[in-house]
Amino acid sequence: MENKKENTGQLPLVDFKVGEDLYKTTIPRKQQNRKAYQPANPKIITSFMPGTIQEVFVAEGDKVDPTTRLCILEAMKMKNIIFSSISGVVKKVNAKQGQLVPKGFVLVELA
Amino acid sequence: MSIKQKTLDLKKRMQQVLQGGGQKAIEKQVAMGKMTARDRIISLLDPNSFHENDLFVEHAAKDFDMDKKYLPGDGVITGTGTISGFPVCIFAQDFTVAGGSLGLMHARKITKIMDMAINLKIPLIGINDSGGARIQEGVNSLAGYGEIFYRNTQASGVIPQISVILGPCAGGAVYSPALTDFVFVVDKISKMFITGPEVIKSVLGEEISMEELGGARVHSEITGNAHFFAESETECFDQIKKLMTYIPWNNSKKADPFPRKAPKTKEYKISEIIPTDPREPYDVRKVIRAISDDSDFFEIQELFAANVVIGFGRINGQTAGFVANQPMVLAGVLDVDSSDKAARFIRYCNAFNIPLVTLVDLPGYLPGVDQEHAGVIRHGAKILYSYSEATVPKVTVILRKAYGGGYIAMCSRHLGADFVFAWPTAEIAVMGPEGAANIIFRTEIMSAENPDKVRSEKVEEYKQKFANPYVAAAHGYIDAVIEPDETRKFVAHAINISSQKSEKSPERKHGIPPF
Repeated sequence: MENKKENTGQLPLVDFKVGEDLYKTTIPRKQQNRKAYQPANPKIITSFMPGTIQEVFVAEGDKVDPTTRLCILEAMKMKNIIFSSISGVVKKVNAKQGQLVPKGFVLVELA
Repeated sequence: MSIKQKTLDLKKRMQQVLQGGGQKAIEKQVAMGKMTARDRIISLLDPNSFHENDLFVEHAAKDFDMDKKYLPGDGVITGTGTISGFPVCIFAQDFTVAGGSLGLMHARKITKIMDMAINLKIPLIGINDSGGARIQEGVNSLAGYGEIFYRNTQASGVIPQISVILGPCAGGAVYSPALTDFVFVVDKISKMFITGPEVIKSVLGEEISMEELGGARVHSEITGNAHFFAESETECFDQIKKLMTYIPWNNSKKADPFPRKAPKTKEYKISEIIPTDPREPYDVRKVIRAISDDSDFFEIQELFAANVVIGFGRINGQTAGFVANQPMVLAGVLDVDSSDKAARFIRYCNAFNIPLVTLVDLPGYLPGVDQEHAGVIRHGAKILYSYSEATVPKVTVILRKAYGGGYIAMCSRHLGADFVFAWPTAEIAVMGPEGAANIIFRTEIMSAENPDKVRSEKVEEYKQKFANPYVAAAHGYIDAVIEPDETRKFVAHAINISSQKSEKSPERKHGIPPF
């Protein structure tokens, strides 16, 4: 069991900063593949799951606030109501009734 | 009928059940690269040691034409036997009988052998190979699973529980292995997931194969659900046999002692393993082998959170649990996954009277938004909790860096370590020299004519004053500063004299660890 999977030597040694100090070490794939942090844009409202757009309630130019129903996304056997987290004016509506959308699809954009 | 005739009748009845699902089903099983349940038991247990229970159990279901179906043994083989002479209770699901699906009597056979293991205080081994709940038995299947999970929990920390995933283990069924101590998986054969690819496709529209979703590699490298990875069933059984030699039969015993052996000092010499430059990494497993009996080290969860190393070794014949930072990976930092990995192992050793040897060489916790948002706070706290809670002998050796929270977390004196040794290369400080100098001497550096020169001077000054074990030693936080090549001598002495250690835990039902 000693030889087969002791494979930390397969990854290259690189400089890795911890705090202010630099160390030579290997970086596993999980850490290499991590996505850099992007703050969420509240003006972009996306689908939290894949699903079907049941109904769309807003159109371009509409004024919305956090209580306005934007659309209904049917997912996991539930009719999920989509809201915006901020107030604003609708710039673009991409969701169409009956449309099958993947996760992260931009449903509504605010100006 | 005479006794002879009755005996022949018994043998005939037994033969019928021993066929399992029949020749065709057995051939299908073998074609998938899997052994039959019976062959697995014979392979794992000592020769001729298996005594089967409940061979003639039959289901009593009537819905969906079940009363017309005869399922030999109701799809599971249970019994007792020995592994390397150690008594065990074992069950193995038989995929050739109704896909190994779990019905009420199938579950009752399993819970009966679990109850036996708990009462006899011997380890329990479960070989999982099942399509899941027997839909025809409806709620009775769910009842069966519930009864199994309850007993997994009652037995947790009382007897060793081992799960071997040698086929599909999906839906509710997979919670039983999750509740056990060690999960063994085999490449391309083990499949574990809560919802399978078909459900994921129909609900979410995402396509993924069984292997990519919940194969052996996924659970060994990404999820941390599996503890041991093998490339064949036989290799897996060898791993199980080896594990059994390190752990006790139950929580009121210690593991059976082995003959005392010195480490292989020619192959593993600490002064040759450690680089002179403190920024250069080394494989801490070599240091473990320089300390353990016969340089033997049985690593656990090798492929998951490789920045911390856990596993069993022996010191003077007695099993010891090793926890060590791995400078080769991510500079040995602690993060969400490594904290979980180490904390659970520490609790396992504490539950089964296995002393802990901790080797410290870490610059701190992994910085990053994803770590913070993943809850590194509450995951990191698990290590602090587990070490503080542990009442087994705790021996710590500080090898090189031990900065800030990392120093505290890795079984420092303050968390109740019985022995704390440090090498002359140890740097016990609140943070690394570069960071510390920047903060402490900030005004000096900022106001200087040549800030870079002053900064390097200050870093050197800090290194001289604080990047060593002597400041901590002056406060009595270290028991001794030792020469690296003498580590085995000191650790062995510590383990020897703490065999009678008895510490009282506070009177409470249990604590509230940051789950």
